[in-house]
Amino acid sequence: MLEVKNLHVQVDDKEILKGMNITVAPGEVHSIMGPNGSGKSTLAQVLAGKETYEVTEGEITFQGKDLLDLEPEERACEGIFLAFQYPVEIPGVANTYLLREALNAKREYREEKPLKHVEFGKLARDKMKALGIDENLLKRSVNAGFSGGEKKRNEIFQMQILEPTLAVLDETDSGLDIDALKIVANGVNSMRDSGRSFIVITHYQRLLNYIVPDFVHVMVDGKIVKSGGKELAQELEEKGYADF
Amino acid sequence: MSVDLEKLAQEEYKYGFVTDVEQEIAPKGLNEDVIRMISSKKNEPEWLLEWRLGAYERWKKMKEPRWAFLRYPKIDFNDISYYAAPKNNPRPKSLDEIDPEIKETYDKLGIPLEEQKMLAGVAVDAVFDSVSVFTTFKEKLAEEGVIFCSISEAVEEHPDLVRKYLGSVVPRGDNFYAALNSAVFTDGSFVYIPKGVRCPMELSTYFRINAENTGQFERTLIIADEGSYVSYLEGCTAPQRDESQLHAAVVELIAHDDATIKYSTIQNWYPGDKQGKGGIYNFVTKRGRCIGRASRISWTQVETGSAITWKYPSCILEGDNSVGEFYSVALTNRLQQADTGTKMIHVGKNTTSTIISKGISAGEGQNIYRGLVEIGKNAEKARNYTQCDSMLIGDCCGAHTFPYIEVRNSTAHMEHEASTSKIGEDQMFYCRQRGLSAEDAVSLIVNGFCKEVFKELPFEFAVEAEKLLSVSLEGSVG
Repeated sequence: MLEVKNLHVQVDDKEILKGMNITVAPGEVHSIMGPNGSGKSTLAQVLAGKETYEVTEGEITFQGKDLLDLEPEERACEGIFLAFQYPVEIPGVANTYLLREALNAKREYREEKPLKHVEFGKLARDKMKALGIDENLLKRSVNAGFSGGEKKRNEIFQMQILEPTLAVLDETDSGLDIDALKIVANGVNSMRDSGRSFIVITHYQRLLNYIVPDFVHVMVDGKIVKSGGKELAQELEEKGYADF
Repeated sequence: MSVDLEKLAQEEYKYGFVTDVEQEIAPKGLNEDVIRMISSKKNEPEWLLEWRLGAYERWKKMKEPRWAFLRYPKIDFNDISYYAAPKNNPRPKSLDEIDPEIKETYDKLGIPLEEQKMLAGVAVDAVFDSVSVFTTFKEKLAEEGVIFCSISEAVEEHPDLVRKYLGSVVPRGDNFYAALNSAVFTDGSFVYIPKGVRCPMELSTYFRINAENTGQFERTLIIADEGSYVSYLEGCTAPQRDESQLHAAVVELIAHDDATIKYSTIQNWYPGDKQGKGGIYNFVTKRGRCIGRASRISWTQVETGSAITWKYPSCILEGDNSVGEFYSVALTNRLQQADTGTKMIHVGKNTTSTIISKGISAGEGQNIYRGLVEIGKNAEKARNYTQCDSMLIGDCCGAHTFPYIEVRNSTAHMEHEASTSKIGEDQMFYCRQRGLSAEDAVSLIVNGFCKEVFKELPFEFAVEAEKLLSVSLEGSVG
């Protein structure tokens, strides 16, 4: 589904990714762990198409298409979703409005009919109930005045509505208490199926107790230095990154 | 993708067509004869002609104001025609008598003049160049005692009211453009709401400039008697032309005890082309007097058109406990410039004013907020809240804020908040990551930014305003 080959990326002339490789097959959950500044979030942003990151070398193929050729919105419509580490606030724009527009943009891309207000409302309420999210979150402005936990849960809620093929979760667990963490994990687990893949970026092994990955990668200084199964996460938790 | 943007940019002013009607146009230039001609065309009484001539005398001695933060070539006031009217039957009694071309024009603009086709509950006065061509729902309004007609008609039918109030808010020598308007105003709307009447429908005037090389000088007068309520909306468009055209209007509002006037504007005059050629020069004086106790005047404006905008809808809060409000969205794209804001003059006790201004600059647009809040020495416990937000899209545009505050009473309570933000790269990216195109993302974010103002508009017009803003922003990214 996703193949990243020898990816080099720089920001302001500083190279951050230095030959990154990762292959994700349909239905797999990959976890990327690593110390601060190793380039984990950069990878997430590059996959989503953030223009401030300059790809100097390498390639990214997503479902047979050259991802680097596509605009961010085209990537989204092709099925890539990024749960942001720091979801941005958009004052005055109702959460439900952004999400309905987004879903309908995606449906239009797939040449499907847009959802009507009522249909969307029902879909949203059902998903929120399952996630234990308060309904008035829909009416509030996008992320404005949301607590840290509400922002992260909102990202997962959006993911559930948009039903991506590949979801990248960028430190979605940071700043969450244990109850919120479980809600987030349930949100992800309920979506796992043979056609959908996840890349879970995290510092801590804790999240991986709830979202059990198929593969764990250790990223240091812009490269993956070690890959393994879920037991690798446990090892990292005990020993830290000092050995790398 | 850039090709599509180009196409959008060319299509963006949808109202740029010209209507082919036979018109009577006064020769270019301004002098006493022209004023006498206008006055006699309108069968005006002697006092009004004298009033016009007096204004002209004052105007001749005045200098064009240049204090605004606007740059535009000098206007040659003798190269403008001051009167243009469709030749056929200028004041039709029924729809059948209207020139079909003109009717079609309003249809195209989405303002059908047939009452059954109108938005439910909106009465329209349609002004085409210098004259009002039709007013809908007049009879229905008359049942409630509401007078809604063109100002020319009001001069004939209700001369006492016109004489009493005309110039009582904006005196004929008030400023350069107001004096010019007082000398040559041609048409506009007149509204009178009697005591205790809540006007049963929205009133609106649709201004259309059509003729070439003419100015439009309309005059609107709205009087809300004790305990009455009216919501009034004006819309404006003009054809796409290479030469700039002058629009200098005067609007006067009077609110008596416990009366409320809500005045909303959606201004979409032709803004000029990408090189800044053509476009309307919009120099407007709008002012309301809250003369009664607990009266209220609320201005809401959405300014997206015009090459130049010079406009400061103001409130004079004379009655105790009276309330003045100003909600504004001004958008400048390409080479558009807007110098706009308000004046809130607190005279009476316990008077309150609220100012919410949202300026959006894109392309090479320049957006200026200029506001004055004045608390007089007898205005005990006056309060003002001002919020002034600017948003920049791209890095060739500008936003400037000139707030003036004068307080002569120590019991006043003033709050002022201001912010400037660049449309966030992060906000854009967030929306695009969710699947929205760059253009949709900009319009979503900008509409969110303007929410506080849009919610003051009557519902149908709020929807209209959001669409208009999106259209005006086309081509601002990419």
